[in-house]
Amino acid sequence: MAEQGKGKKPAPGKGRGQDRPAQPKRPAAGRTPARATGTGAGRTPTKATRPRAEKFDVDSDVEKSGLAQFFAPVAGFGVTMSTLFRPVVTEQYPFEKKPTAPRYHGRHQLNRHPDGLEKCIGCELCAWACPADAIYVEAGNNTPEAQYSPGERYGKVYQINYLRCIFCGLCIEACPTRALTMTNDFELAGTTREKMIFEKDTLLAPIRSGMLAAPHPMVSGLSDGDYYRGDVTGPTTAQVAWVEERRPDDESLSSAAAAATRGTGGDEK
Amino acid sequence: MTATTNESSSAVAPVEEITLTIDGLDVSVPKGTLVIRAAETIGIQIPRFCDHPLLKPAGACRQCLVDIATPDREGNLRAMPKPQASCTIEATPGMVVNTQHTSPVAEKAQRGQIEFLLVNHPLDCPVCDKGGECPLQNQAMSNGSATSRFVDIKRTFPKPIKISTQILLDRDRCILCQRCTRFSAEIAGDPFIDLQGRGGGAPGGHGHGLPAQQIGRFDEAILEYTPSGEQSPGESERTGDVVGPYGQAGVLSSVAGSIGGALEDTSGRPFASYFSGNTVQICPVGALTSAAYRFRSRPFDLVSTPSIAEHDACGSAIRVDHRRGVVLRRLAGDDPAVNEEWITDKDRFAFAWQTSPDVLTAPLVRDEETGELVPTSWSEAIALAAEGLRKALDGAGAAALPGGRLTLEDAYAWSKFTRLTLGTNDVDFRARVHSAEEADFLASRVAGGGMDVIFGDLERAPRVLLVGLEPEEEAGTIFLRLRKGMLAGRVRVTTIAPLASRGSTKLRADVVRTAPGDEPAVLDALSGSTGTPGDLTDLKAALAEPGTVVLAGERLAGVPGALSALDRLLTATGARFAWVPRRAGDRGAVEVGLLPGLLPGGRPTAQAQARVDVAGVWGVGELPTAPGRDLTGILDATTSGEIDALVVGGIDLADLPSPADAEVALAAAGFVVQLEVRRSAVTQHADVVLPIASSTHKSGTFLNWEGRPRPFGQVFTTSALTDSRVLGMLADALGIDLGTRTLEEIHRELAEFDGWEGPRTGAPSVPAAPAPALEAGQARLATWRLMLDSGRGQDGEPHLAGTAYRPVALLSPATATALGIAEGGQVRVSGPEGDIVLPVLPTPMGDDVVWLPQHSPGSSVYRTLGVTAGAAVRLAAVDAEVAR
Repeated sequence: MAEQGKGKKPAPGKGRGQDRPAQPKRPAAGRTPARATGTGAGRTPTKATRPRAEKFDVDSDVEKSGLAQFFAPVAGFGVTMSTLFRPVVTEQYPFEKKPTAPRYHGRHQLNRHPDGLEKCIGCELCAWACPADAIYVEAGNNTPEAQYSPGERYGKVYQINYLRCIFCGLCIEACPTRALTMTNDFELAGTTREKMIFEKDTLLAPIRSGMLAAPHPMVSGLSDGDYYRGDVTGPTTAQVAWVEERRPDDESLSSAAAAATRGTGGDEK
Repeated sequence: MTATTNESSSAVAPVEEITLTIDGLDVSVPKGTLVIRAAETIGIQIPRFCDHPLLKPAGACRQCLVDIATPDREGNLRAMPKPQASCTIEATPGMVVNTQHTSPVAEKAQRGQIEFLLVNHPLDCPVCDKGGECPLQNQAMSNGSATSRFVDIKRTFPKPIKISTQILLDRDRCILCQRCTRFSAEIAGDPFIDLQGRGGGAPGGHGHGLPAQQIGRFDEAILEYTPSGEQSPGESERTGDVVGPYGQAGVLSSVAGSIGGALEDTSGRPFASYFSGNTVQICPVGALTSAAYRFRSRPFDLVSTPSIAEHDACGSAIRVDHRRGVVLRRLAGDDPAVNEEWITDKDRFAFAWQTSPDVLTAPLVRDEETGELVPTSWSEAIALAAEGLRKALDGAGAAALPGGRLTLEDAYAWSKFTRLTLGTNDVDFRARVHSAEEADFLASRVAGGGMDVIFGDLERAPRVLLVGLEPEEEAGTIFLRLRKGMLAGRVRVTTIAPLASRGSTKLRADVVRTAPGDEPAVLDALSGSTGTPGDLTDLKAALAEPGTVVLAGERLAGVPGALSALDRLLTATGARFAWVPRRAGDRGAVEVGLLPGLLPGGRPTAQAQARVDVAGVWGVGELPTAPGRDLTGILDATTSGEIDALVVGGIDLADLPSPADAEVALAAAGFVVQLEVRRSAVTQHADVVLPIASSTHKSGTFLNWEGRPRPFGQVFTTSALTDSRVLGMLADALGIDLGTRTLEEIHRELAEFDGWEGPRTGAPSVPAAPAPALEAGQARLATWRLMLDSGRGQDGEPHLAGTAYRPVALLSPATATALGIAEGGQVRVSGPEGDIVLPVLPTPMGDDVVWLPQHSPGSSVYRTLGVTAGAAVRLAAVDAEVAR
């Protein structure tokens, strides 16, 4: 992160060129040696035609003026000295964390509809789009007793291999239900290869307050298309009752029940 | 073993060629070719949905519109006023066709048509099983518009509908191309689904009081329509294993009115079809999908391997699609010479057995202390097996029972192993009803016979006589070919059977109603050796015509004298003949000599020259000369101690004529080596169990009933070993080099067995057994296996099992009445070992005959009754209350 947005400065700590502040990558510095012009037969020498031998020509010191010759032994400290008076770019990561750019491509997340159903329908278009073959999806068949996402199909197995992922975001563009998005979380390191394959339970967005944990039936009378268009804004009392009957210990029940009574659910058609 | 196609039978009269112009290119095609297909020959692709080369033209989808001009009588080119459907118009001389590539009118027509088709097509490609391999998706991209002008609400239906436990229908996606209904009517002949409410209104009968045009089974509840319009059609039944877009449960489909018990499947729904899976494959959208493959994967996940179906002797070409080491589906391959593009549902859906939990992964041996089977290394297992076999060979000897599911190469290894390592002719592949008469018949008529009758002949033969064969149940591809020939008006089918089965009815076959056991008499009557009764004279004359084909099933082996009589008939009429076994490996096993009296290439063991021939190829001094025993003989000898050790291959004891005797023999055997893919009833008697690769884990060749080699490749990379490799290792441990390490080695040796010129085994001449004396309340048992039954090959596939026929007992109405069985009542069929109780379906058939499914749920005839076909069994009515 240290170099972000500061491309003009040379990267610190490279080691080479301490005695040659002007990098060969910057021909605009005006240090084109006279000898080089002779070889070009009137042409402006380019990087490609410039003879490399001049960099190491010890005789070139003879041509320098008296003042330059005087400072020559410490000329290499010019960058060091000037940097001393500039703002510090070192970040104290991981002790101080800086927010990333808002659209930073970080770890993925599988989102939920406001009533807690998963948005992922297991269509595998993300896996199809992935240029690194980092995504593995197996779809499942929703049943009346186990409805995980609106409609017929849900993502039963969802894995992203972060050793392969190149964070290009093509999967996000491919997702037809906006189920897959990227967070700004970039702290993706692990001690084993297995740990770097994130499963659905890790990738799935947490149940927020007011959501009802899946599986549960869809909002009555609404189709998967209505969910997609945002007609559902929270769980309904019928959904809460369904979960209460089957999973009375579900942790999401209390906040979902409160949200349902407030009537944030979709309009039952 | 050589694939020698009979040229005379496949020759087709030359057809007149005509020349037309398509997109400025001249093309010559045979007369009668459709324009769409003429365009294909020069690489011009016209978009289409309803068109299918194996179905009759329909012109239903209107997607293939092109501009056509034809010369009039004066030769002036006259353009047709409107674009024409190129899938229904035959090419004519001088016709000028302009497709979407050269005609703006055709291009606009096609673009407009696809826009119409997409008006009501849901945008649910991401959840649709067809997504990624969908002709509608592809052609909307290639020939459609990028945007839609349609802004209204799409027409929707409740979905999905479960037509059977396997087939799901989504009417929203349907574009009414009628490929499925045409397949059902033209190819399979099942009233599976049809187009309803043609030209009708909206869903729910809101337009013109008629139900909307849709595919279905005339289920009033689904159509929300009653003919009288008065009483409510009632609610559709719902199913708990699928949901629709609203989260509502899926709809179960029924059919209008009562259909009677026989047509129900085991899930209690109306029987669909044995070929219903083909409609899923040819559906150009995702309207028909299968429950087994529902949401399992995407086309880009799948790795496809062409293969050959292992379930029957037809050798149908299939495509095996797998993802990460798991087979997810099988599709029909395209082999015009064999199965065209159709396969049975068994070939398509029954593959879960290869990954069932009882698949053996490591060799098992008996623990010395506990006597339990424990996994061990290959080297130890082979050493123990060799030690046990050596001990047996020093004693009374060993025999081999390889089973009928082997590839040609594996069967050859078994044959060589038995002769060289076990030093015996005691080997028999027939894990079913069999007889010495059958062995002689196979040796004289089938072994080394090459390809005489082929699938193509079944479409062209003027008369096909079926004996002891129900093609729809036992060889589905034969059924489809016969039906195709019959519908084309070329083939007439006659079957010698106890009753007109549904398959025979669909073949419009003449049934020579014959009680089980009476086949020899009928065959003799036809060959004229005992005088021909009047009603058979026509058939007798027909059989003498050139091109007549006789197909005999393996079940004839259970009727003493039947194959002898058949041999006499074939000699008398000169009719062409093919033997149709049920299992994929049977024909190959006959060719490589897995019979006590046969050596490879149809060489009789009894012929000294044949033995010298084979010994020469195998590089040994001499072969065992003593005549071998067949399966029953081997099992009896094992029980009595004349055989010490058995080497058993893929055998299901329930298939054997007497499973109980087999159990006794296996228990009595001193040493049993089993080579199997899965644990079976034999495993508990085995001392050493050697795991064998299933057909996805090996490559090899099946020889189908024609004698056509059907090679297939390996689907998975694996360390699993084939029978030939394992037998080779076992022989090595016994100090004999079997030379069966690679398929190349085996093929090189097999090639040397071609063309036996010496004397063959003589035709059998066994007298027919007298009909059993029937007491009052007794009947003769007719039985055969249904395509979908309790066979182990269909394990682990509940969706498929639900589409099988519900097991029923068939009785004549008179017998049912005499027994006092009312409609819907049950009958108790009793044999020496036990009883089978099944619902009765009165059927036109002989009064002294009862038919039972041989190995279906609740009706395992051999094991439960202890008798085989033709035996006398006792019938009794079951009080409905007691039965429940």
